[in-house]
Amino acid sequence: MNSIPLVWYLLLSAILFTTGAAGVVTRRNAIIIFMSIELMLNAVNLTLAAFSAFLGNADGQILIFFVMTVAAAESAVGLAIVIALFRNKQTVNVNEINILKW
Amino acid sequence: MLALCAVATAVVTVTRRNPIAAALWLVAHFGTLGALYLTLNAQFIAIIQVLVYAGAIMVLVLFVIMLLNIALVEKTKHFFSIRGFFGVGAVVVLGLEICAIIISGTKQSPQSISPQAAQIGTVEYIGNQLFAHYGFPFEAISFVLLVAIIGAVMLAKKKVD
Repeated sequence: MNSIPLVWYLLLSAILFTTGAAGVVTRRNAIIIFMSIELMLNAVNLTLAAFSAFLGNADGQILIFFVMTVAAAESAVGLAIVIALFRNKQTVNVNEINILKW
Repeated sequence: MLALCAVATAVVTVTRRNPIAAALWLVAHFGTLGALYLTLNAQFIAIIQVLVYAGAIMVLVLFVIMLLNIALVEKTKHFFSIRGFFGVGAVVVLGLEICAIIISGTKQSPQSISPQAAQIGTVEYIGNQLFAHYGFPFEAISFVLLVAIIGAVMLAKKKVD
């Protein structure tokens, strides 16, 4: 049994979430924004796993299971949207995708 | 050590200009996260992390990057723009707030991994829990996947005219 305290896992998760958020805010490539969202989802999963282990309760791990399923569904739909956008606008730069603006 | 690897690969992922390099670094990041799950005695989660994320989702991402013909994807002109500066600033404030909340709650948090942790991470235990108590969410999530498949096909299909 290791002795890493819970706080370290939570802080690591916070740092990873922040990194993902920074990627979403600053990058302009739709695919990289998409990967940053995956990074944020994973950071939250790490929090759930840490609490699940420290509290001795499997609910957190079952929630991770569901989050991963939703992330898979989201990635399929998100990448389909990126493909459709690229087909229409020939770009994945989100600055040039403004067809909802008028 | 694993934490450093995880943070480093995450930072490299969001700073690469080439999406393929970013995707490969993200695979490395998912691998280190899988190892972190193992330190938390979550074997099942570690396995599906590697299978689903590093396997399925990243293959999908790389596939799309190849489909989109990377030569046409223009590079970001200047990385350190004024907007990027403010964006990173706001996000750093967010991160500090989260860290402050975590540290302020340290007193009440459990200090070591629960003794049952080793047995609740197994496929057997999670499967029992999932099908004994979470039957409806399980069916609902399968429906979500079905809708996502149909939606993805409809979105990515070429217009028939």
